[in-house]
Amino acid sequence: MNAYVGTPTSRVDGRAKVTGTAKYAGEFPADGLVHGFVVEATIPCGRIARLDTSAALNVNGVLDVLTHANRPPLADNDEAWKDEVAPEKGSPFRPLYDDTIKFNGQPIALVVAEDWETAKFAATLVRVEYEPSGFATDLEGERGSAAETDEPPKPRGDAAAALARAAVRHEADYVIPTEHHNPMELFATTAVWDGGGKLTVYDKTQGVQNVHKFLCGVFDKKPSDIRVISPYVGGAFGSGLRPQHQVVLATLAALALKRSVRVVLTRQQMYGLGYRPMTIERVGLGAKSDGTLEAVTHEAIAVTSRYEDFARNDTGWAEQLYSSPNSRFSHKLVHLDVSTPCDMRAPGAASGVCALECAMDELAVALKIDPIDLRLNCYSDRDQSENLPYTSKQLRECYARGAEAFGWSRRNPAPRSMHDGNELVGWGMATGVWEALQMPVAVRIVLTSNGHAEVSCAASDIGTGTYTIVAQVAADALGLPIENISVRLADSTLPQAPVEGGSWMAASSAHAVLAAAEDVRKELLSLAGKMPGSPLADAELADTVLIDGSIARAADNSRAVSIADAMRHGNIERIAKEKVNQFDEDKKHARNTHSAVFAEVKIDEQLGVIRVTRIVSAVAAGRILNTKTGRSQIMGGVVWGIGMALHEETVMDHRFGRIMNANIAEYHIPVNADVHDIDVIFVDEPDAHINKLGVKGLGEIGIVGVPAAIANAVYHATGKRIRRFPITLDKLLG
Amino acid sequence: MADVTHEIAERIPINLVVNGVRRTLDLVPWTTLLDALRDHLALTGTKKGCDHGQCGACTVLVDGRRVNSCLTLAIMKDGAEITTVEGLASDGTLHPLQQAFIDHDAFQCGYCTSGQICSAAGLLAEGRAADADEIRELMSGNLCRCGAYPNIVAAIQQAMGRP
Repeated sequence: MNAYVGTPTSRVDGRAKVTGTAKYAGEFPADGLVHGFVVEATIPCGRIARLDTSAALNVNGVLDVLTHANRPPLADNDEAWKDEVAPEKGSPFRPLYDDTIKFNGQPIALVVAEDWETAKFAATLVRVEYEPSGFATDLEGERGSAAETDEPPKPRGDAAAALARAAVRHEADYVIPTEHHNPMELFATTAVWDGGGKLTVYDKTQGVQNVHKFLCGVFDKKPSDIRVISPYVGGAFGSGLRPQHQVVLATLAALALKRSVRVVLTRQQMYGLGYRPMTIERVGLGAKSDGTLEAVTHEAIAVTSRYEDFARNDTGWAEQLYSSPNSRFSHKLVHLDVSTPCDMRAPGAASGVCALECAMDELAVALKIDPIDLRLNCYSDRDQSENLPYTSKQLRECYARGAEAFGWSRRNPAPRSMHDGNELVGWGMATGVWEALQMPVAVRIVLTSNGHAEVSCAASDIGTGTYTIVAQVAADALGLPIENISVRLADSTLPQAPVEGGSWMAASSAHAVLAAAEDVRKELLSLAGKMPGSPLADAELADTVLIDGSIARAADNSRAVSIADAMRHGNIERIAKEKVNQFDEDKKHARNTHSAVFAEVKIDEQLGVIRVTRIVSAVAAGRILNTKTGRSQIMGGVVWGIGMALHEETVMDHRFGRIMNANIAEYHIPVNADVHDIDVIFVDEPDAHINKLGVKGLGEIGIVGVPAAIANAVYHATGKRIRRFPITLDKLLG
Repeated sequence: MADVTHEIAERIPINLVVNGVRRTLDLVPWTTLLDALRDHLALTGTKKGCDHGQCGACTVLVDGRRVNSCLTLAIMKDGAEITTVEGLASDGTLHPLQQAFIDHDAFQCGYCTSGQICSAAGLLAEGRAADADEIRELMSGNLCRCGAYPNIVAAIQQAMGRP
């Protein structure tokens, strides 16, 4: 039954990607295609007093310059602009809507020309005069205005009092800077004019149906007027969850000019999109001298825009990880003159758990106990916020397997005690945690009598491997070789799917495939059972399987009817079934993935150079559908964690409210030479509760805990505790 | 400014041999080799990730040497032989690097992959990398945001026939 699930199957879209035939949003051709180039605001707050486009319009080849003053109609209500992942509170940004400037880098005009170079040149000729207003962009400077915008989680016990009287106490601020996703693909949209006001929109997005509904609302279109397609996405990591500026601008221009329009943002312009919000994470831990926790407090102060309240769960994760009789959590926002933040790989957890796990390390040092022992002392078998057991939680095994693979027992706990030649060696560890979510997803299977099946769904594959796992699950469920399965994704006309994010797509899409495949089997049984002398006469659905191109009795696979024979007998060529996944409602369990991360750093103290020479990540995430692509997911998360620990920071000049390093030479991300040995261990974690396959998802858990493990290793190597990320050499030398 | 009419520069004919096929193009002089390939020859396998020579997604082989095609004006390469990712496979058989990238899952989203593979092909021709550390160093001009670096190194080692 499981020829493919659980195996290291190579990506089914691999050939398209290594031969350059996979097409991304900005690469689809169209007759008469013209190109838009975005003009951006250069102040963070105020209004446009005058916008002179005449010089740009005089350039040969320029067709139009769209601004708030001459644009076609756009929806005038927030509901239309709220996509499925928009913050509940606030008023989404509307490109070219009016003369208001809400953030530096805001699109204020679109130059459309026959070719891209002409549009880009003409964009430099658009003259803008502003009426600037006072502004603030510095989170730390505005910390005093931080306020809770949502009801905080109910505190347990009296954390403040317990912290005050704790025998051993640690309390500190950890600062996570603003970070930008920087997917390799530039944000791009090709809006193809189909005539009669209809458009086919190729967009870089994590959710074609989200963009489709959004565009229909913003442009007052019928669902049949717009189709959104995004077969390949060159990375997104959360930045493609919400419809972005360029899809609005390309659609606007296509409707205005009645022509096909492509808009590609530059790398610099992508810094005007969403980002991981800068946060100040204040963590307090109080312990008894025996190394058990008495109190956990965690307050996050995060940046958001003036116009939307973006908030994620930074602070609650101790409730899942560590047993403590007292806890209090709070998430406060500071409204600044910047664009709204958005989800970025493991939103909330990447930042909040980083702070928590650094604090746990500091507590272990204060208690003079091993950091793993501290975590085992307060290991929680229940999610304390809801007082629920887990569907499964093999975190103990993660600690054990990870420590063994890393060689943790050979660690000398004293800082600055381990060396390799001239370099200081540091070993640190941390815990990771994420949610195991699942969402409604529908899949359509069309099985033809030649034993081929097309499996289709609107879900995206943003590099996560959705094409491949859908093919694997379908091949097993239909009893066909994987070569006979073709997968179509990311077209808004296909069966329903939410945005791809939150690590929910693997479990959600896999179970939709199972549901549709069961309906296919049901129909095959009905056909096969009616054949004269059928070996399946009187067979119950539950007693049958699809195997080797046949429907067979589960107990005796030799009693079978081939798919071809069953369909021929029924006089049909194809069976088409569409079904939404179904999950049993379970309010009695908490659902999480977990990891234990171990990091080795080597530091040249004279130069301050930090190398992450080894990472071991032991992950408990239920059943792994594909051990090859799954390992890559975790490895990618670990590389992100290295970036978060040592490299990534969006630097703002607060005098101008403008980002200073809006490019990928000065916004540092890990390069090949920064990444050394990464050992990914999948801990066996059978899960009978979460869903039929026991799948939990892997997209986020890989990054969580990694920055803290590295920061803790840096402390162990040097004796210096850097609480302001990223840990750059100036901080180490300072 | 408003009364100035900007004329677009005169187009200049150039010849390129792209993946073994001679192509003649009339291009304005500021057209990069990258835009010539993507926009004028519809060879979109070569990717634009920054247009500033910072990411390496646009790497192609020019007369056998790896270059950032976004930092190369097409007219500077009149008469040159260009190999893009579309030109690496022959008669449907993948180049050993392409197969190795699939075998080792050396990509996720696929957007940096063309540049990684072309860069690796250039690296192999240079003969400079003897071990994993040297591969890492000499492949560091090609960013991969999905973080597939260890698999990229493993794939290149497979294609080099070295552990």
